Amino acid sequence: MTVQQIIFLLFSAVVVAAAVAVVTVRNLFHAALWLLLSFFGVGVIYVLLEAPFFAAAQLFIYMGAIGILIIFGIMMTRGMMRGLVPPANDQWWLAGLLAAALLLVLVVLARQVLWPATAGSVADDSLRQLGLALTDPQRYALPFEVASVLLVMALIGAVTIARER
Amino acid sequence: MVPLSWYLMLSAVLFCIGVYGVLARRNAIAILMSIELMLNAVIVNLLAFWRFEDPLGATGQAFAAFVYAVAAAEVAVGLALIISAFRSRETVDLDQITLLKW
Repeated sequence: MTVQQIIFLLFSAVVVAAAVAVVTVRNLFHAALWLLLSFFGVGVIYVLLEAPFFAAAQLFIYMGAIGILIIFGIMMTRGMMRGLVPPANDQWWLAGLLAAALLLVLVVLARQVLWPATAGSVADDSLRQLGLALTDPQRYALPFEVASVLLVMALIGAVTIARER
Repeated sequence: MVPLSWYLMLSAVLFCIGVYGVLARRNAIAILMSIELMLNAVIVNLLAFWRFEDPLGATGQAFAAFVYAVAAAEVAVGLALIISAFRSRETVDLDQITLLKW
């Protein structure tokens, strides 16, 4: 077992344990902190996948922006944090059954396919390749612009919806 | 080298935990957090396939970047809706927000 595999297993365990805590703990604020830990573990997985840009974006966008947004949301809707009601609804066992069945299907399907055992090396300028692909009109320039319009619309819409009247 | 199937297993486990959270949690913000877990699982999948199938191209990375943009938009609108519902109903418990239920 190589060092990379050990690191992968270690941080997979962190990610999965933190994710389980996110969906089970009673205190919502603690759930948000576990979510941040889970995001961090996923960022380490991106480093193992040799995608350093996405590891940095994971830190800035997910742990920074989205984490802060969710914590703000929790603080603005306080009262649910006291933990008087159980965190799961009445159909939690059905939900667990469904999620376990989905996991079983995914694992069985994934094991039937013969995946490539080794991968070639990443291009030295993979970030430059990404930038060129996102701005090339023949490739992803249009989806890229649509994504930016979507972001602006979503943020303006969020301000409009949440504004106090 | 970590095999591709390991990444896929991690992604599947993370996605299913998110599915459980979406279906079972009462609190709307907790459901939003579970959706973020599922989106993270999807990005792990995209980047893993990019790494193993097309490491010299940029298609997988471009799709992952789009998922980031959509995730940011989703969490902003979702939280705005939750805060708006909290203002009018004084709760974020989805069992009690039943206006559209017959």
